[in-house]
Amino acid sequence: MDNSKFIVSSTPHIRSKDSTSTIMRDVIIALTPAALMGIWAFGLKALLIIAISIASCICFEALFQKITKQKITVCDLSAVVTGLLLAMNLPASSPWWLPIVGGFFAIVVAKQLFGGIGQNFINPALAARAFLLASYPTDMTAFTQPEGMNSFMSSIFGVSTPIVDTTSYATPLAVVKSASAAGNSFSPQSGDFLNAIFGNVGGCIGETCAIALIIGGIYLLVRKVISWRIPVTYIATVFILTWAFGRVPYYEIFIGGLMLGAFFMATDYSSSPVTPVGQIIMGIGCGILTSLIRVYGGYPEGVSYSILIMNLAVPLIDRYTKPRIFGGGK
Amino acid sequence: MKALTFKRGVHPPDSKELTNKKPIEILMPKEGADIVVPMSQHIGAPCEPIVSKGDRVLLGQKIAESQAFVSAPIHSSVSGVVKEIKQVLTPGGAMSNAIIITNDGKYEEDPSLGKDTDYKNFSKEKIIEKVHNAGIVGLGGAGFPTHIKLNPGPDKKIDSIIVNAAECEPYLTTDHRVLLEKTDRVVKGLEIVLKIHPNAHGYIAIENNKPDAIEALTRAANGISNISVVTLQKKYPQGSEKQLIYAVTKREVPSGKLPADVGCIVDNVDTILAIERAVVKDRPLMRRIITLTGGAVKNPGNYQVRLGMSFRELIEMTGGFKEEPAKVISGGPMMGVALYSLDVPLIKTSSAILCLTKEEAELPEESNCIRCGKCVGVCPMGLMPLELNGDVLANDYEAFDKNHGLDCIECGSCSYVCPAKRHLAQSIRVTKRAVMAMKKKK
Repeated sequence: MDNSKFIVSSTPHIRSKDSTSTIMRDVIIALTPAALMGIWAFGLKALLIIAISIASCICFEALFQKITKQKITVCDLSAVVTGLLLAMNLPASSPWWLPIVGGFFAIVVAKQLFGGIGQNFINPALAARAFLLASYPTDMTAFTQPEGMNSFMSSIFGVSTPIVDTTSYATPLAVVKSASAAGNSFSPQSGDFLNAIFGNVGGCIGETCAIALIIGGIYLLVRKVISWRIPVTYIATVFILTWAFGRVPYYEIFIGGLMLGAFFMATDYSSSPVTPVGQIIMGIGCGILTSLIRVYGGYPEGVSYSILIMNLAVPLIDRYTKPRIFGGGK
Repeated sequence: MKALTFKRGVHPPDSKELTNKKPIEILMPKEGADIVVPMSQHIGAPCEPIVSKGDRVLLGQKIAESQAFVSAPIHSSVSGVVKEIKQVLTPGGAMSNAIIITNDGKYEEDPSLGKDTDYKNFSKEKIIEKVHNAGIVGLGGAGFPTHIKLNPGPDKKIDSIIVNAAECEPYLTTDHRVLLEKTDRVVKGLEIVLKIHPNAHGYIAIENNKPDAIEALTRAANGISNISVVTLQKKYPQGSEKQLIYAVTKREVPSGKLPADVGCIVDNVDTILAIERAVVKDRPLMRRIITLTGGAVKNPGNYQVRLGMSFRELIEMTGGFKEEPAKVISGGPMMGVALYSLDVPLIKTSSAILCLTKEEAELPEESNCIRCGKCVGVCPMGLMPLELNGDVLANDYEAFDKNHGLDCIECGSCSYVCPAKRHLAQSIRVTKRAVMAMKKKK
């Protein structure tokens, strides 16, 4: 036998089966129930937005890497995840070009210009959403009624909302906000509660069906893609604070983008802490900001901005929450 | 009882089913073949040969020694004639001076062997001296001279002697087999060490993937008041000295300190067996037990072999390869050393030969860190491997040192778990050496 044929490498000689692409694949699987519910609720228009968003993210990533003469890494599926998340953060009524502009901002500006996967300091999909919200506020807040979901809810639970103006439909948070602006406190009925959990409410494509997002989140927890720390502390903080501020906490946690944000956005690897204590601080910080914006802010919803603000604090959080060294260090 | 363990760690597939039911087989070197005895088989100063070319040596005869404090003498594992003394390649990858003995196949024993066996009346000092003269070193892989470990000095109060039977490295099964087949001798070996430290308690710590061994040892130690069998969780690196001490005693060995500083002595199962043989039977270390395994080997198994046999000879004697191995490792898959040649001798620290097929040895390509934090979640030392890797890439040795890079035990858990397949442990290991060298210079 020819000795020179042996592979010689450093330890360890075995590696786990997980890879970047299997993790991204798991995130896609976890997002699928909520995406399907969104398509069902808002119609094929939603599917089109999702498809355009994913395709544009993949294209921009490949194109940027080609132009800058880097290795093309779209096979790691991270661009697919960004595209899917971005679409889930857009209203179904978005014009077709909106996800393309968003995809460009997410992939090129937020991700690749800072060094690509693992280097972006803010969540690319959320950065794009914030950019679009600032640039095209009308398109970004033109929420339609989830017609598909509405007929389902009325036939099963007997709860429905009358078909109204389909071009402008208030989200539950906007309803809560306007009620408190008028000096009243909003008290949800059981119908409102069911609508919120199943997604018979206005909102972005992927944020409305809380139950589908929770199922996806549990899948990620079981597959150990994310830990419980960020989502649980985030949701718990919102629950406690909105209750303290006189809102209805068990309603608050199921409306708006909280479930999507807590399980899928705040847990983005690149832009969240790597230390266990840091992840708890991240969750609590997001929860505090979200509650403050919802109750006192100008916007009805604050999940995106809370996560983006906390993203900026991640390097600092990581620095001050390093694990204790076994043996105390020297 | 609840299985004890340490914080964090990983769960690689243990792949022990290839050999854990195979009884230990004795393999004797072929007559006329060369036995290669490197002078450096332990941590510490290499030995100097005390025989010369052309000398006839006997089985068990001391053939090399050193006057240095940290060292252990070396004995011939066969009888025969010294063919030459030359530089050879060792399994660790380094070259070492070695005595080459042509085996005459007679196994004629040194007459002094097996005479001094009244061990029940041995004093503490005598036991330590016997262990020293027998050339015993840590057979788990580290190779630290055992007599020094057993005698940490009067200022260290030893209250726990731990037999490391975790065997957390995947594929390895020798400790398991020794526990099953030589149960009473392991207990006796521990009793001998306890004679050196009469106020200490003995623990035999076994991972819970070996329930039959736990049962056998529990039965054998039944009625011995100062020995307990403890069950450990199956987790890597459970057998790492610091992690094992923590699991058993909940004490942390402080950075840069030794087990004796927290009152513990840890010895591997095969080492305990060697101590038993040296003291009870008055025989030096001439053989060890090794697992030959991996998908490329025709007959994987546990073998009792003579030190100095070549890897190639051993593999051929067991039936050779089933298919061409792509990678041959001395030791386990997590911490073993990849070899580029089979023409290396078995030395005291060779715990296994792992021959991986092309598929098993496949190396995934490294990609960008995605900051998933899995390495932070598994590091048994509480380090942040991704940060240390960043320091290495930035050539920032100061930051590396400040981030406690030197505390790394090189277990490889971070590299194992990394989804981006980054060479975390490798980069940290290399930089540790550089930082230590830099510190020495200062």
